[in-house]
Amino acid sequence: MAIMTVIEAVREAMREEMRRDASVFILGEDVGRRGGVFLATQGFIDEFGEQRVIDTPLAEAAIAGVAVGAAMAGMRPIAEVQFGDFMFPVFNQIVGEAARIRYGTNGKLHVPLVVRSPYGGHVRGGLFHSQSPEAYFAHTPGLKVVTPATPYDAKGLLKAAIRSNDPVVFLEHKRTYRAVRGEVPDGDYVVPIGVADIKRAGDAATIVTYGLTLHYSLQAAEVLAGEGVEVEVVDLRTVSPIDRETVLESVRKTSRALVVHEDNLSLGVGAEVSAIIAEHAFDSLDAPVMRVAGPDIPAMPFAPTLEAAYMPTADKIEAALRRLLEY
Amino acid sequence: MAKTIIELPQVGESVTEGVISKWLVQPGAKVRKYDPLVEVMTDKVNMEVPSPFTGTFIRALAAEGDTVPMGQAIAEMDVEGEVPQTAPKAEAPTGVAPASASSFEFVDSVRSVGPTGSGEGGQGRPDALQDAANAAKTTGSVGGGDAVRLSPLVKRLVEQHGVDASLLSGTGVGGRITKEDVLAFVESGSARPAASPEPAETVAEPAGNVMALTPLRKIIAAHMERSAREIPAAWSMFEVDVTGLVAYRAAQRDAFAREAGVPLTYLPFAAYAVAQALMANPLLNGRWAETGIALNDHVNLGIAVSTEAGLMVPVIHNAERLGVRDLALRAHALIEAARNGKLTLDDVQGGTFTLNNTGALGSVVSAPIINHPQAAIVTTEAIIKRPVVVDGDQIAVRSMMNLCMTFDHRVCDGAEAGKFLADIKARLEAISEGSSLL
Amino acid sequence: MTQTMNDLPSGLNAEDLVDIYANMVLIRTLDERIWAMNRQGKAAIVASSQGHEAAQLASVWALRHHAKDYFCFTYYRDLAVTVSQGLTPTEALLGFLAKEGEPMSGARQFPQHGAIPDRKVINISNVVATHIPHAVGWALAAKMRGEPTVVAAYMGDGATSQGEVHEAMNFASVMKLPVVFIVENNKYAISVPQHRQMNVTEVSSRAVGYGMPGVTVDGTDVVASYAACAEAVERAARGDGPSLVELDVERYLPHTSDDDDSVYRAKEEIDEARKRDPLAKLKALLQGAGLMTDERDAELRESARREVDAATDAAEAAPFPPDDDVLERVFEEVG
Repeated sequence: MAIMTVIEAVREAMREEMRRDASVFILGEDVGRRGGVFLATQGFIDEFGEQRVIDTPLAEAAIAGVAVGAAMAGMRPIAEVQFGDFMFPVFNQIVGEAARIRYGTNGKLHVPLVVRSPYGGHVRGGLFHSQSPEAYFAHTPGLKVVTPATPYDAKGLLKAAIRSNDPVVFLEHKRTYRAVRGEVPDGDYVVPIGVADIKRAGDAATIVTYGLTLHYSLQAAEVLAGEGVEVEVVDLRTVSPIDRETVLESVRKTSRALVVHEDNLSLGVGAEVSAIIAEHAFDSLDAPVMRVAGPDIPAMPFAPTLEAAYMPTADKIEAALRRLLEY
Repeated sequence: MAKTIIELPQVGESVTEGVISKWLVQPGAKVRKYDPLVEVMTDKVNMEVPSPFTGTFIRALAAEGDTVPMGQAIAEMDVEGEVPQTAPKAEAPTGVAPASASSFEFVDSVRSVGPTGSGEGGQGRPDALQDAANAAKTTGSVGGGDAVRLSPLVKRLVEQHGVDASLLSGTGVGGRITKEDVLAFVESGSARPAASPEPAETVAEPAGNVMALTPLRKIIAAHMERSAREIPAAWSMFEVDVTGLVAYRAAQRDAFAREAGVPLTYLPFAAYAVAQALMANPLLNGRWAETGIALNDHVNLGIAVSTEAGLMVPVIHNAERLGVRDLALRAHALIEAARNGKLTLDDVQGGTFTLNNTGALGSVVSAPIINHPQAAIVTTEAIIKRPVVVDGDQIAVRSMMNLCMTFDHRVCDGAEAGKFLADIKARLEAISEGSSLL
Repeated sequence: MTQTMNDLPSGLNAEDLVDIYANMVLIRTLDERIWAMNRQGKAAIVASSQGHEAAQLASVWALRHHAKDYFCFTYYRDLAVTVSQGLTPTEALLGFLAKEGEPMSGARQFPQHGAIPDRKVINISNVVATHIPHAVGWALAAKMRGEPTVVAAYMGDGATSQGEVHEAMNFASVMKLPVVFIVENNKYAISVPQHRQMNVTEVSSRAVGYGMPGVTVDGTDVVASYAACAEAVERAARGDGPSLVELDVERYLPHTSDDDDSVYRAKEEIDEARKRDPLAKLKALLQGAGLMTDERDAELRESARREVDAATDAAEAAPFPPDDDVLERVFEEVG
């Protein structure tokens, strides 16, 4: 068992898969000589060579499109999009093409591709280094979208994504890269895509969350634990497909649900989770399903006061929990 | 010259610590603002920390090779002139170990910044943006004659346990019946004491007119029963000389009514004294919980209002921040809303203490029932002119008002209760015609 | 061929060069200060124009002298353009410190991003190259309204790999729009060197593919840069369509304050790059013509230092923007 940060776990997952399977290769901007702007591929070009660790030109659409073609031809590309905010040029190739190829060829072709990208804010990233783009991709049949928040989950899920025979958008919250460290077992293990994890057991209420707000939710739950109120925290880990059963089982136990995410409130992943709960656990509810999320403004402004106003942090989650519990 | 600590500043996104690589100045060196002091290595960026001030470098507080978290002190300087104010440092990181097979910790220190302590706006203001960021709050009218609404879960539990819902007392918002209420009722149902006798035995069927219970009456009844059943209540009374207060109010009432548009009663003065006394005596503003006494940062003062439909207790939130004038305005608005059946859920939730002006009905002594789950309730009785002994052995006619309190004896003892009442008494007795409270 | 003062391009005179030099000194001083602010933890992120000053200032002077009206679509490295277009050192520092009163975006964005239309600068986003089609659109509008505006679209070498840049250049050329595509080629896109970015040694060689003139000049030489830009501006102003001007410059510092270039760039290479310093070059030219002395230079630098110190004090003293309107101006206010 080793202790490592999320970025180290990401790196280790890719390194182990690159060693395990020669069809795995990496492409993206600055991934080679620089080892990635967040050092996700540090040392890789020395170990695996520049055929398998490719510094691409500054062209996200090409990165994605080329990766789609290579994947169809039997390789397992890991395309890095340097920031989640740059995922939009990739949209045409990933949502419009990659997600539809198995379906559209009636199974004759498939796309074992991973597009991974650092996303999220609370890092003074301004409007173009802070966005949470998961909802756009989650709303795409044929695509899986994974959002780990701990080192253990990051390594296991990235391995699962690389081994998946379908396209996966793998979003790593950049603030967790160095700020979250934890235990990671030695050796090979996989965390299945589409399975949520109960990070904290409780009975008074359920928080459903993912990404950085997992950690803020846990902080809020700790405050309430000091008052004898135990809140259960469910980490989705994958936002498409959502693990309905784990969510519903928890809500049936606690009868109160709070959905938390950093992405803008309206039409986000939280809206889908709320609909699932309302539709399938109606008789278990003792209070309306509530949400804490970023406000509906471009995510997120640069000045520290403005960024703080945007972020759903532990104190805001705690306040919402209290409203939920007092209902 | 002022001795000042230099801290390792925060640089870039997601960097949390650095290793001191090389000191670039010697103790005693004269340093200009922006001259480089030390080289620090981080895994994202190799940086040079410049001096934030002009002055003399005293000594390093971290050695070459030390790993230092962002925000920690690394040097001491004798600074020329005025040192700019530094905002309070961010709090030390708290690691969180959740209950999961694989443990991890979140180091929340990335927000701390360097010498100017430009403190990145902290955690934001939940109240300001909560409406925008969260689902719409439900606003319902409380205290009307509607049937009591049951949530899907409660409905199911009620059916499951064969409970008569009209017997349930609600502890949720606005008297809403919660899951816990149903379960508690079911539990206590089987352990009901013999004191509630079988109807056939001792209590005959009512022969004459039976007045049907309104939903509000049922809720009040259940609430009172619960309070009486759960809280070991003790009672105390203080006499308060409000001659000065009476004079002050008489002098101010007309002008106040004209300017503020609402009448000036004794209530806001009592509310002010109670709210301030609660801040100084926080136990009385708390409540009994199994794990301890839960304290509250704010005084959310419930004002008992009698309406045609029954007793209601709207709440003045953050009453400790309001002066007498604002308390008068707020109380008036709530009382009007209560009497017109226009209170919202927000108006009745979150109370931490209750004040009841029983004196308005002519009462001189009351034994109020605590508004569960609070720790205490205070009444202000009628102001009556009485002969009292003053200044040694003189008799004088003074306006006297009794102050009664019922309190939860689990939360505190007579000493704290007495201190609290003495505090209110002192504040009220300090008011005189020359006061300026409005 | 050594530049002398006798064969200056039309529109550029000795006074201009002295003026440009004074601007360079101020801008370089400001640039060094923002890095210092970053190292102190007060400026969360900085990108530098050091090495690019001559290229940027020459382009602005060319626009001023050869177009009746002009507009600049800049990118994150164009500090010299924004300052010469009237962004004061205080305003620039308000941006780097994310303080209230920042004029380009109200500190909602990274420093140098947003817009100040009355100073003719737009720099919306730091997603690379998204602004190139915008610049072409602005030029199209100007042409449709019969306005004499020439649009300068600035970018780095990396940006030229983006598909949208090619689409924009093609569009501008086909429609003969008044655009000057200015590529400040410092041979690095973060860590990726030019030979991994493209298979041509000069970006300008692509211009022929779009049917427009392309030229590469020494971007550290004010006079050469001015001449190339002036020609392109005049062509656009005449209604003859766009051009591609490649200004060959050096980047001495990492990509931004979040970058560690020691991982991909040898120290010797950076030292060599520093020798191509636009300030040193222009100073030498002016000294040779008797228009600059060491004393005068020292005066300019001291004056710049004082101006930047005052701006730093003002920006430090300014508060952060309040969050009471953070939700506003997403849409138009109606009613």
